[in-house]
Amino acid sequence: MNNSIALKTLLFKEVRRFMRIWPQTLLPPAVTTALYFLIFGKLIGDRIGTINGASYMDYIVPGVILMSVISHSYSNVVASFYSTKFQHHIEELLVAPVPNWIILLGYIGGGVVRGIVVGLVVTGISMLFAVITFQHIGIAIAVLLLTATLFSLAGFINAVFADSFDDISLIPNFILTPLSYLGGVFYSVSMLPDIWQTISMGNPILYLINAFRFGLIGITDVDIRIAFGTAIGFIIVLASFSLYCLHKGIGIKN
Amino acid sequence: MKALSIKNLRKKYANGFEALKGINLEVDAGDFFALLGPNGAGKSTAIGIISSLVTPSSGSVSIFGYDLNTQRAQAKSCIGLVPQEINFNQFETVHNIVLTQAGYYGIASKQALKNTEICLKQMQLWDKKDTVSRRLSGGMKRRVMIARALVHQPKLLILDEPTAGVDIEIRRSMWDLMREVNRQGTTIILTTHYLEEAESLCRNIAIINNGEIVENSSMTQLLSRLQTDHFILDLAQPLSQAPKLNGFEFEWGNAKTLNVAVPKTEGLSKLFSDLSAQNINVISLKNKSNRLEQLFMDVVGSNKGKGK
Repeated sequence: MNNSIALKTLLFKEVRRFMRIWPQTLLPPAVTTALYFLIFGKLIGDRIGTINGASYMDYIVPGVILMSVISHSYSNVVASFYSTKFQHHIEELLVAPVPNWIILLGYIGGGVVRGIVVGLVVTGISMLFAVITFQHIGIAIAVLLLTATLFSLAGFINAVFADSFDDISLIPNFILTPLSYLGGVFYSVSMLPDIWQTISMGNPILYLINAFRFGLIGITDVDIRIAFGTAIGFIIVLASFSLYCLHKGIGIKN
Repeated sequence: MKALSIKNLRKKYANGFEALKGINLEVDAGDFFALLGPNGAGKSTAIGIISSLVTPSSGSVSIFGYDLNTQRAQAKSCIGLVPQEINFNQFETVHNIVLTQAGYYGIASKQALKNTEICLKQMQLWDKKDTVSRRLSGGMKRRVMIARALVHQPKLLILDEPTAGVDIEIRRSMWDLMREVNRQGTTIILTTHYLEEAESLCRNIAIINNGEIVENSSMTQLLSRLQTDHFILDLAQPLSQAPKLNGFEFEWGNAKTLNVAVPKTEGLSKLFSDLSAQNINVISLKNKSNRLEQLFMDVVGSNKGKGK
């Protein structure tokens, strides 16, 4: 059994899926982020001045890019894997000699590719409004990949336990979006009262956004080593749990 | 060589329902085998376990000698499954559905393209290869699932009610396709509610009821157990009541139709000569019910209540 062919097949299928419906998957983040940059960055941002030495527009660009990566890598995997379950074509994979780790890698790979493509689209849009200096490009790329992987895994677990389409929209709407907005996309955590600064430190997205901001414009509110440690730790835990679910057939087998 | 060997297979669902109660079953390589049973008897659970869609509670399954637990990849590579329900991505093209399945079995791109073309042509779907699958008719969708199941050239093809809901013309053409696939050396296990289909296609048969195998023999042996055939006779002249003939049981259908039970010991020649002697002329006759259907009802009926 050639696992690399199975992985390539699954990955191509996943990429083909979101590319085929690009008006639903790639166009919305371009329009939404252009509006963010225009309204928050340009119209309101010009009156705010600078944050930690950067113009408000430059300051919000990394957070907006990473917020798009988070929501799209998550939604790609949760929607794709859940609809695979819902339409029963998960059975195509289950009857074939495809190991569980290949199934997981294929779906996560699809989510990561979508996250990266959306990230590039949003970066392209942001360059129309701001000057991105790519201070630490390696760190920016590493954070981008870790973030896309982490939220693809979270989306996979959501899909495994989902029993209806409502179940796949609850977490993005009521957990991911609030955590992203409160993760320092539009402000520096140092601008908050002490108690809210402390509470914010419990938000893992805050670390990722700051680490990505450090990679792009060299500014961060947190120690980026914590960002890497948190991301890698969560990835190991979520990947192990996903493999356990696949092994036990949770949500996919009787 | 056994294509399938099932030993003491049990399945108890989380709600406590015991779908399989320790079944044993063997299917020879090259066979065309019918697995029959009423709704809820355990057929789909058995097929689900064989094709890795359902986790068994205990017991073992081996496919062409490969144990499904310990040699999973090899065992799975031998199987092609055509499920009861349409289960492909309705937004994909026919070609991509079949090609993708080849990829899941680790078949390299060039060979996968070749196999896809062969299977789609064999299923008369090549001209539909670029059609999005949801636009296909019911019969075509079923053929897509057969093409998909054959693309990795499995040694064992499992057909779970493959002709359910398709019209008689398509059903007959699918029978021809199945016969051809079997003739080329693929072992086939068929479940169906059309007993005429099983009688026409299969050489061996197992009947499952209440999670137990209640019959397992060759089709010929099973059918030979029928002692009486039932016919419907169309008469040339109307009759006001059923005739009385020694050795035959008549039932008056209407003025020009008679139902008759013909014991194998008496035979049709005697029936016709006895009817002629009473000036009753028969224009045509047909079987009242399919022979296997009759046996199936007897076997399932006699086991009713056993597992409750």
